Amino acid sequence: MSGTFLLDGQPVPFEPGQTILEAARAAGRYIPHLCWHPDFPPHGSCKLCIVKVAGRHVSGCAMPAKEGWEVESDTPEMNGERRALLQMLFVEGNHFCPSCEKSGDCQLQALAYDLEMLTPRFDHFFPDRPVDASHPEVLLDFNRCIYCELCVRASRDKDGKSVFALTNRGIHKHLVVNAESGRLADTDFAADDMAANICPVGVILHKRVGFAVAIGERTYDRAPIHEVAMRPEAASDD
Amino acid sequence: MIEQRKLRVATVSLAGCFGCHMSFLDIDEHLFELLERIEFDRSPLTDIKHCGPCDIGLVEGGVCNAENVHVLREFRANCRTLVALGACAINGGLPAQRNHLDIGACLDEVYRSRPGLARAQVPNDPELPLLLDKVHPIHEVVRVDYFLPGCPPSGEAIWKFLSDLVNGRTPRVTGPLLHFD
Amino acid sequence: MTTEVPQSLIDEVLTAVGSTPDRLLQILVGLQSRLDYLPPALISRLAARLGIARARVEGVAGFYSFLHLAPAGRYRVRFSDNIVDRMLGSEALSEAMCARLGVRPGELSEDGRVMISTTSCTGMGDQGPALLVNDRAIGRLDPQRVSEICDLILHDTPLAAWPPELFAIDDNIRRADALLTSHLAPGSALAAAMALGREGWLAQVQASRLRGRGGAGFTTAVKWLACRDAPGERKVVVCNADEGEPGTFKDRVLLHRHAELVFEGMTLAAWATGAREGFLYLRGEYAWLRPRLEAVLAARRAAGLLGAGILGATGFDFDIAIHLGAGAYVCGEETSLLESLEGKRGTPRIRPPFPVTHGYLGHPTVVNNVETLAKTCLIARDGGAAFAASGTAQSAGTKLLSISGDCARPGVYEYPFGVSIQQVLDDCGAVDVLAVQVGGASGVTIAPYEFHRRIAFEDVPSAGAFMVFDSSRDIFEVARNFVHFFAHESCGFCTPCRVGTALLKGYMDKLADGHGALQDLADIDWLDRLLKNASHCGLGSSAPNPVVDTLLKFRPAYERRIQHADFQPAFDLDGALARAREMTGRDDAGAHLDSGTGVIR
Ligand SMILES: Cc1cc2nc3c(=O)[nH]c(=O)nc-3n(C[C@H](O)[C@H](O)[C@H](O)COP(=O)(O)O)c2cc1C
Ligand code: SF4
Ligand code: SF4
Ligand code: SF4
Ligand code: FES
Repeated sequence: MSGTFLLDGQPVPFEPGQTILEAARAAGRYIPHLCWHPDFPPHGSCKLCIVKVAGRHVSGCAMPAKEGWEVESDTPEMNGERRALLQMLFVEGNHFCPSCEKSGDCQLQALAYDLEMLTPRFDHFFPDRPVDASHPEVLLDFNRCIYCELCVRASRDKDGKSVFALTNRGIHKHLVVNAESGRLADTDFAADDMAANICPVGVILHKRVGFAVAIGERTYDRAPIHEVAMRPEAASDD
Repeated sequence: MIEQRKLRVATVSLAGCFGCHMSFLDIDEHLFELLERIEFDRSPLTDIKHCGPCDIGLVEGGVCNAENVHVLREFRANCRTLVALGACAINGGLPAQRNHLDIGACLDEVYRSRPGLARAQVPNDPELPLLLDKVHPIHEVVRVDYFLPGCPPSGEAIWKFLSDLVNGRTPRVTGPLLHFD
Repeated sequence: MTTEVPQSLIDEVLTAVGSTPDRLLQILVGLQSRLDYLPPALISRLAARLGIARARVEGVAGFYSFLHLAPAGRYRVRFSDNIVDRMLGSEALSEAMCARLGVRPGELSEDGRVMISTTSCTGMGDQGPALLVNDRAIGRLDPQRVSEICDLILHDTPLAAWPPELFAIDDNIRRADALLTSHLAPGSALAAAMALGREGWLAQVQASRLRGRGGAGFTTAVKWLACRDAPGERKVVVCNADEGEPGTFKDRVLLHRHAELVFEGMTLAAWATGAREGFLYLRGEYAWLRPRLEAVLAARRAAGLLGAGILGATGFDFDIAIHLGAGAYVCGEETSLLESLEGKRGTPRIRPPFPVTHGYLGHPTVVNNVETLAKTCLIARDGGAAFAASGTAQSAGTKLLSISGDCARPGVYEYPFGVSIQQVLDDCGAVDVLAVQVGGASGVTIAPYEFHRRIAFEDVPSAGAFMVFDSSRDIFEVARNFVHFFAHESCGFCTPCRVGTALLKGYMDKLADGHGALQDLADIDWLDRLLKNASHCGLGSSAPNPVVDTLLKFRPAYERRIQHADFQPAFDLDGALARAREMTGRDDAGAHLDSGTGVIR
């Protein structure tokens, strides 16, 4: 049923079936997210969208809104937990922003700016993850993957190809491509696939466009993510 | 009443490129303002070899060898407030991109396996600090009080950070001043 | 290494277990047991045969610990690594076996014959130390039995020819109450329920106040009603026999001794909900139970207790298929279980929607624990009111406890709900008790001052595990073992659990390695909170339980490990120079770092 809930004390109307995050967006209110994407059903893995409802933590992107709920989102407590989740994502991979082509256009980094993450805080895992440069047009640098599965979902559900999948589990979980050789070049992946243009971080990168836009003038250099994410064109943006 | 003496500040570059120090100098005319409130202890800007008791220690660069560990410990032991300055101090930065490699294999590659190397021996002079198997951010080796990201942090960010610190405010660097690149 | 995989072998497995993508896990399990591992070429051919992406097959195969994408030996020996097995000496036995067979733990022997590794609790805590070799379980290990196993492996004796007494498994029923003393003739409970009609039967289940025995304690009648009333013709009943909670084995005993009751309970659920399809999701560790269970199913079909027109009632059609898991604790979580049943990676789903409305392949599905379903037979026989007469106000009936650890008589004990922990300790012959872990790794650590507390949903709830630790034990090591378990079993779907369990493991190891600092305790608290709050499923949110409880109730066990008032690196600084020392040949004072003393400021 439709109705209204309170987001940080302000009323937000919702339609039947709408999640907290969707209703908030429709009302022009931002709730942080990384694995959620307007073109796909909720995924629920990154947990950056966690909000508190009646003392319970729920995923804002996945939880249908309910009449009368009091939802806490932009509070020091929630943002503190979100910052810790970002720190976890930073230490589990290898994120060296100064040498990353995605820097300035990266949602992980932009969210870290927004939430004032100054340090990864925990000890780094420094995992040994490969780079796959086999494809003529696209580079895969797995060091930066946050397992949002947007590439998996886009390739399977939109491109009809299933170029990507996850294997293993726990901290050993990682992406594989759809080839016995394990090389992207041996798949039917193409640079104009949706999956080639959806990675929120610097894993799936187009070759030969490096530093076309100078550092300092990129998406999140110009505006914070809580503004960029609310723009209508952000819907199918990378 | 708080004593209005000058705050002693030490700075050092461990496994860094001095870029953060250069950026520090980029605070330009604010340097004069700052010098009214601080004085330097050990720093590439002075000739002092060892860090004495200090109020603030600014550390650029990660920890890549035994000497870095000694210096960092000296800083921690002497500085009331220790600051990780810049990307390399915070996550190891560029030098840490060797972390997935075996350091033995690296040394071998550089000193022994290359054709045309006259002296096929890894240097073993006791004066040379030994390399750690991995490059670590400084917070993995000592306790760190504050972090100022950036590669390097801009002069503006450094100025905001330090003026907060010397004026007794919890340093806060946000918005356009906060950068990882 | 490339192995030619005969197409006939793939065909044989597909014929046996089905050739649709939802059978993928069962197909992989079948191929694994025939080929010892799943070579890359096989993955490609199988994907082509099923018409699905190769990456998907690889992704599923990579999820489950018992499926191997690289050679893992003809004999795959896995020592159960629960703390209780360790207390019984599993580590020394495993070392002895490695030494005898000349292999290192977790590595394939040079001749490709054997790999010895560890696995999460194999559900044999009452007769440990235990191990699995391929899909068979062996308990009561001692040096003689280990030596016998080594001989068999060295002689390449096929498992089928190993002495059967090696595989003998005891039920160890120590205290029987309503369920374990019930001698129900097959079909009698069903006939009684059918006589009541579907409505009448549901009314009895409601009156019984039966709550789920799998952990969450959800009221069974509510679940059944919701499934029955959910839109959709096709309904499904699933029996959760994943029993992965460390220290639990009561479902093993039920399936071994009372499989009739379990299957009859599933059929009773079908009668209530209108389901025609049933699945028993059997954990891979219990694969050895499968032949017996299949035989019971066959007998029930022959007796008209399964199949079309059960007990002559037209329209009451129901049958049960057994699905095997393959080494993934998270698959006990009901939505992961459903994913796994559908042949996918066992990743928990977003809830809502819940399985009762959107379960197996999207159909309304009841998922119940083995014990819950068995209990429904008692309700059918005696009526709901009689069932509700035992137990406590909020916890009707009896509960099976799996008791292991430091006690004279480990085994399965059935008590009416409300029994005190002290009573249980007295009965199983536990003395000088330091702590009891009730409910498994994700349960509660009970200290002696709480031994008066009662096993019941309203006091100390339990999925059945009851592990006893006497005062010779180090409770920190107990908690650390559980933290390792959760890190190993995290499915890796959500950030807080994937990374948080790995970090927590790092902190516990740091303390264990003598690098503990006071700051670490604060960090551990913070991680506990993040796991509890932000995790996607019950695995992550209960992963910190053993740490939270032991930090609260046995804090000195942690404080004893604090070497530094403030900060200490997690890694050994001097050790980090070892490789460079080796390369330079240096060993002078400057080639070392003092690791022990952190700078305290
Ligand atoms: C990580 C995890 C593991 C679980 N493992 C089991 C299990 O092995 N057996 C079980 O019956 N329930 C298990 N559960 C609980 C199930 O999700 C579910 O609640 C239960 O099967 C419902 O049956 P019941 O209502 O009869 O208790 C587990 C839950 C979680 C979160
Ligand atoms: S992916 Fe984003 S956070 Fe990671 S290194 Fe690149 S810019 Fe930085
Ligand atoms: S590669 Fe990018 S899009 Fe794909 S899972 Fe990783 S972070 Fe997400
Ligand atoms: S809490 Fe752990 S097991 Fe559950 S979904 Fe998250 S990662 Fe998977
Ligand atoms: S945005 Fe909700 S979990 Fe990722």
